[in-house]
Amino acid sequence: MSRIKEFNLPDLGEGLTEGEILAWLVKVGDVIELNQPIVEVETAKAAVEIPAKWAGQVQAIFHPEGSTVEVGTPIIAIDTDPGAGPIEASTTGAPAAALPTPSAASLAAVQVAPSEGAVEPGLIGGPAPGGRTAVLVGYGPRTTAAKRRPRKGDTPVPAQAAAPVAPVAPASPAPVATGPSNGHGPAGGPVLAKPPVRKLAKDLGVDLATLSGSGPLGSITRDDVQRAASAATTAAEPLAVSAPATAVASFGADREQRIPVKGVRKLTAENMSRSAFTAPHVTEFLTVDVTRAMKALDRLRSRREWRDVRVSPLLLVAKAVLLAVKRHPMVNSTWAGDEIVVKDYVNLGIAAATERGLIVPNIKDAGRLSLRELADAMTDLVQTAKTGKTSPADMSGGTLTITNVGVFGVDTGTPILPPGESAILAFGAVREMPWVHKGKVKPRQVTTLGLSFDHRIIDGELGSKFLRDIGEFLADPEAALLAWT
Amino acid sequence: MAKGDPGVSGRGRRAAPRSRKGTTGDPQLVQLLTPEGERIESATGPDGTEYRVDFTDEEYRGLYRDLVLVRKLDAEATALQRQGELGLWASLLGQEAAQVGSGRALRTQDMAFPTYREHGVLYCRGIDPIMPLGLFRGVDQGGWDPNEFKFNMYTIVIGAQTLHATGYAMGVHMDGKTGTEDGEAVIAYFGDGATSQGDVNEAFVWASVFNAPLVFFCQNNQYAISEPLERQTRVPLYQRAGGFGFPGVRVDGNDVLASYAVTRHALDNARLGQGPSLIEAYTYRMGAHTTSDDPTRYRIASEVEAWQAKDPIARMKAFLTNQQIADADFFAAVDEQARTESVHLRERVLAMPNPEPVTMFDHVYPNGSPELDEQRARFTNYMESFEGSAH
Repeated sequence: MSRIKEFNLPDLGEGLTEGEILAWLVKVGDVIELNQPIVEVETAKAAVEIPAKWAGQVQAIFHPEGSTVEVGTPIIAIDTDPGAGPIEASTTGAPAAALPTPSAASLAAVQVAPSEGAVEPGLIGGPAPGGRTAVLVGYGPRTTAAKRRPRKGDTPVPAQAAAPVAPVAPASPAPVATGPSNGHGPAGGPVLAKPPVRKLAKDLGVDLATLSGSGPLGSITRDDVQRAASAATTAAEPLAVSAPATAVASFGADREQRIPVKGVRKLTAENMSRSAFTAPHVTEFLTVDVTRAMKALDRLRSRREWRDVRVSPLLLVAKAVLLAVKRHPMVNSTWAGDEIVVKDYVNLGIAAATERGLIVPNIKDAGRLSLRELADAMTDLVQTAKTGKTSPADMSGGTLTITNVGVFGVDTGTPILPPGESAILAFGAVREMPWVHKGKVKPRQVTTLGLSFDHRIIDGELGSKFLRDIGEFLADPEAALLAWT
Repeated sequence: MAKGDPGVSGRGRRAAPRSRKGTTGDPQLVQLLTPEGERIESATGPDGTEYRVDFTDEEYRGLYRDLVLVRKLDAEATALQRQGELGLWASLLGQEAAQVGSGRALRTQDMAFPTYREHGVLYCRGIDPIMPLGLFRGVDQGGWDPNEFKFNMYTIVIGAQTLHATGYAMGVHMDGKTGTEDGEAVIAYFGDGATSQGDVNEAFVWASVFNAPLVFFCQNNQYAISEPLERQTRVPLYQRAGGFGFPGVRVDGNDVLASYAVTRHALDNARLGQGPSLIEAYTYRMGAHTTSDDPTRYRIASEVEAWQAKDPIARMKAFLTNQQIADADFFAAVDEQARTESVHLRERVLAMPNPEPVTMFDHVYPNGSPELDEQRARFTNYMESFEGSAH
């Protein structure tokens, strides 16, 4: 065996096809021990550390942090005998940023059938036709177009000859190779796609007939559907709160830039399209004079015990929402098919723009917090989000969400419900506007609220009352507090 | 047996309230070694049974060695999964004491029915620790002889083995192998999540009314994958036994001495013909449910830290050190042995041959059958139809 060994990303959790490199824990040139953690990888199931399979010196790292890697692809090369002298001047000591490509030999190795036992991982996993990746040790998806061993006495025919062929075109020339451009596509005949892909397309609202497949025989793959779905929702999403970190465009010769859809962007796209196409949204608007509320905030800030607390208009909006939920508990609920789950606790989501994209952490049981505790919780939440440390637990279990689009200087929006929630409030910018106050037009501080709710649970009457109460609190928080609590 | 008198239940400030009787809902935890490594002379269970152990220094050191080896081999298996060499692994991290304590309490003639996480019990039964790795690598079905080692195959279906164990134990009883001090007993392992399964409750009923010589050993590691204990039960699990008509006891599952004492007592009752009992070993799964799971999604770091302080190995080490039963040389030697055995384990896993496809017919029936022979012949022909086949 060669002294340079390449480690392929294994299937970390029973049937996964890809993983995202979160962080490299070693760099090129490091001397590492057996089982030393080398990389943190996040899959659809878990974020895990992978321990080194061999001791030695890191020779090359093939994928940067943030990249999504298919199972079976080499991610790191390790020199298992670094003391034995240089191997090749061009690769030793190459910086990680150079990202050398895996050797052709290793890529070829993963495509042949196992022939010398199961010792070498590259023989188990490897790219397979159809955009899928063969997985390790017998778990997970198999591709129907897998390589077949030639039978004795057969004339050499492509593997696809054994697969069912579209019934309309049996007499067409025998298929020569797999590939996206072999005549099967949206133009004619039935659309080729596997049942799970059809289901995905239905869930995401994608019309298969409009796609051209990149799979075997022109069939449509999961990736094709997801690409189409995220393209559609990115265009339609009204609250693109944050531009991705890669927003500095680098255009190619065709003056188009292709940004891979992954991570938070991918999750947001999936959630938003799922929600948009399952929950019938209604959005209502209310414009409120918040001059008194702004003054109340000033008074709060001037109090000694609130001196070190971050007090923002969003705090009052959060309080307004929490108090209004108490008056209308039904808005804090989930549609669960044959029943509606109404919650006695409010896990209040706050949409936050971060470098990684839009995330919505929530404050657990926010209804029980005092105003001061709420302010602290919101400060913590924003800090944690800004530093990128929000945990999955912080983001799960939200029951009702506020999105503060006002910070971007816009008046309001028609937010899309986070999946599983029944109401989301958009809080617009607070502006000085001409407003009729006590019979005269005066400059007042005014904002517009936009409330989207799930009409399966919440009718116009309830939604309107909920929004009206939020507005009433924001118009005069002190009076509302006296009247309601 | 001394009845529950707080005065005799040992020293240590936590001993007195624990040994008080009749406080339903109050978790009475049998403990002989505190998390700080302080030895408690004896502890009293909810029914007044007094538990104590009397080990030689060599036996204490042996238990420590078991704990360390079992943890190290388990960690190696987890690493092998992360490196693509196993399809899956269910780690026992944190549960070593419950498994080693109960496993060492078994006598040669006793039969054990494990889940898929009982690598520590398997080790105590004298089975080569490589065996479960073949199963999780997908190259065999486990490979040990359950009759030879008196340790059934791993059961993946949650709780199913409690019924197998009940039937086996009823058979032991009917064969007249109980009723003496050298009688046979059976132990069934399961987790807190399994207590919500029908199988386990049916096993409780059958074992109870047929007076089966069976110990139900529940490792309550607080989570059924992601579901916390409060979603399984409103009473402490050991108290469920009362409703089925047999005794139940909760033991500190991170205390290898108490786990041993409680299991030995329950097994002896069973072998004497006094019927089943339930042991709830109160412990914590420090790792993920399996390598496919991410526990940070459903539990908080502070909870894990709190249990870290109750680590079964750290308390045993503190005890051995304080009592001068073992010194630094001994601990270093155990660590070295663990390292050597884990390297050996790795090498052997990597060298495991892939089985020939036709071997899948080998263990369907002990003596084959005409239909099976025909299937095997047809399959062999099919495999030979490929180019380059060796057959």
